[in-house]
Amino acid sequence: MDGASDVKMNSKTKSMSMIESIRDAHDVMMERDDNVIVFGEDAGFFGGVFRCTEGLQQKYGKHRAFDAPISESGIVGAAVGMAAYGLKPCVEIQFADYMYPAYDQIVSEAARLRHRSNGEFTCPLVVRMPVGGGIFGGQTHSQSVEALFTHVVGVKTVMPSNPYDAKGLLIAAIEDPDPVIFLEPKRIYNGPFDGHYERPVVPWSKHDKGMVPEGYYSIPLGKAAIAREGREVTILAYGTMVHVALTAAEETGIDAEVIDLRTLVPLDLEAIEASVKKTGRCVIVHEATRTSGFGAELSALVQESCFYHLEAPVLRVTGYDTPYPHAQEWDYFPGPARVGEALKKIMET
Amino acid sequence: MARKNRDEKATDKDYPPLSLHVPEPKTRPGDKPDFSHIKISPVGAVAKPELGVTAQDIKGLAFEMVRVMDEDGKPQGEWALELDEEILRKALRAMMRIRAFDKRMMRAQRQGKTSFYMQALGEEAIAVGQQLVLQKGDMNFPTYRQQGLLFAQDFPLMDMMVQIYSNEKDNLGGRQLPVLYSFKEAGHFTISGNLATQYIQAVGWAMASAIKGDNKIATGWIGDGSTAENDFHSGMVFAGVYRAPVILNLVNNQWAISSFQGIAGGEASTFASRGLGYGIPSLRVDGNDFLAVYAASQWAAERARRNLGPTFIEWVTYRASAHSTSDDPSKYRPADDWEHWPLGDPIERLKQHMILRGLWSEERHIQAEAEYEDEMRVTADKAESFGTLHDQKNKRSPAEMFENVFAEIPPHLRRQRQEMGV
Repeated sequence: MDGASDVKMNSKTKSMSMIESIRDAHDVMMERDDNVIVFGEDAGFFGGVFRCTEGLQQKYGKHRAFDAPISESGIVGAAVGMAAYGLKPCVEIQFADYMYPAYDQIVSEAARLRHRSNGEFTCPLVVRMPVGGGIFGGQTHSQSVEALFTHVVGVKTVMPSNPYDAKGLLIAAIEDPDPVIFLEPKRIYNGPFDGHYERPVVPWSKHDKGMVPEGYYSIPLGKAAIAREGREVTILAYGTMVHVALTAAEETGIDAEVIDLRTLVPLDLEAIEASVKKTGRCVIVHEATRTSGFGAELSALVQESCFYHLEAPVLRVTGYDTPYPHAQEWDYFPGPARVGEALKKIMET
Repeated sequence: MARKNRDEKATDKDYPPLSLHVPEPKTRPGDKPDFSHIKISPVGAVAKPELGVTAQDIKGLAFEMVRVMDEDGKPQGEWALELDEEILRKALRAMMRIRAFDKRMMRAQRQGKTSFYMQALGEEAIAVGQQLVLQKGDMNFPTYRQQGLLFAQDFPLMDMMVQIYSNEKDNLGGRQLPVLYSFKEAGHFTISGNLATQYIQAVGWAMASAIKGDNKIATGWIGDGSTAENDFHSGMVFAGVYRAPVILNLVNNQWAISSFQGIAGGEASTFASRGLGYGIPSLRVDGNDFLAVYAASQWAAERARRNLGPTFIEWVTYRASAHSTSDDPSKYRPADDWEHWPLGDPIERLKQHMILRGLWSEERHIQAEAEYEDEMRVTADKAESFGTLHDQKNKRSPAEMFENVFAEIPPHLRRQRQEMGV
């Protein structure tokens, strides 16, 4: 369950940001497998607006890393055809907020090829997209769309919280025989974010998960990690919220166990169960809007599997059910204060 | 009253009130069929361009109509090819067998042996003609009315029928609606059932072939109605930008269920002309003229294989049957529309050509019809012996639905399967 145990270490480590580790995962896989190709809006010559594919075109050629028209349905639709041919496309949607035109291609096509053709045609495809707020992106550059994918049968949904996991999970996603939605919390591309927006940005070079092995390793999809061991309450989080949850635990002095889910589908229910049965309390934290969010699924699963161990109702701390605001970004963002309040409340029950 | 509410400053002229244009077909039930709006070029009148042309070079071909056979079945003009007897026999056989197959499967659906069926009546020449120019390894991304792609390869009918019956021999394990086939070995991509989504996938597949330096090409298929979908645009953009080795087929059979092609934009211009804006050489072809279908398909396939890029082809034809077994065209168009369709019946026209060449006769034709009808009956009986939709001999295990969602069944699906008790 812990990150270190599932890594096949074969080289020395190097300090990397999440952007660099994602780029490195591409590089490793393009080097190993000629069928891996990369494309997306501005993803070719320039290397993407967040620079996650920088240098790949120069190294592997225009036919393996190229710019795509501004057409998300075209990007994913073409990638489905390529995957059916036998390539392994790893495509970039510039912001998750732009994903909607591609949704039909993901839901009705990529996710269904294997099932509807009874295994004749498959779709080994990775669709990467930056998610979440915290960068003053307003309502069209801040959304967290994970629940729109976890509800879809036939796709896997991954969201890493640090450079080390991002590389290992992206390599696993590219190697996976089925379509994987790879959600990248853009606020933590350059450093972990504890939710204290007024404080100076901390780079990944100051964080132990910023030390990334060179070369190939993978982290299996469907395995959570314990970001912090604790006895009093379990916090279920992923992406940016893992760091916020850790901060809330430190600041409240409540001995919380923070589970970094890493993969939402398939979900590591065993890890969740083991933790909640130990602590007897569960707070779920996500940045996405609340109603029908992934927290609702987690809450139901905890209730179904741990009911007799629970000492308090499961709590959720989430984004509000409003569009992501611009000027009121930090009122919206579920920061350490809101998570801390939930921790105190659940400990009083 | 309305005038009072207007902004007086903005209206220094007396504009009439605006009104919305909603396209309406020329004829409705009870009317005399009228196809005067279908622009038809004289037989043999359209020039055959070099393979390396640009869209601009041949823009006229998007408005004219490539036609080869005259009224007597005689080939005319530059598109006329001296086709081998073998190809003609194969084509006629495939087209006649489709018609016999469709008839049998329609009957089976009426008898409650399956839920649904879709015929290709009146459109048989298009898929058949195209498949005959393709090679093993090429990939078709068909819609639900291209059974001709399989018939032209002499694909085993049993494999199609057991899929329609969703019985124990169905290669898709009962997962898909009837006729939404998947036969990878025959270059037949799994049909989605969602419209237009596969057009861009065909382009992606062709791009992959080019990326790998392969020599295979893809074909994409779409109907007049579905050109309104955004994935049509995506497919055309990607095909044009990356010069993908793909034939982009548009079967204009005049109808999208009950909506005539004007609702998809066919009133304002030809569908073929849409290709010009994407820089894709575009043809408008008589889809009921087998010789024209074969020649245009061969031209497009040759362009794709020589890395000259995509070709967009509007096949002008007529959907003679209902959209599906769930549709009743007598509610929205004249009952005798097809009998007046100016481009005729593709089987009759090819038959006439072959008779003219001394390769066929009315007697042989009648014999062949009887033979194929018999073949369909015998094959259907055999297919039904493995069960029909509501009368399964060996019921499939419900556990099968959990298979092939993913390569490996994940824990949550395993738990759900256990809950089901299987």
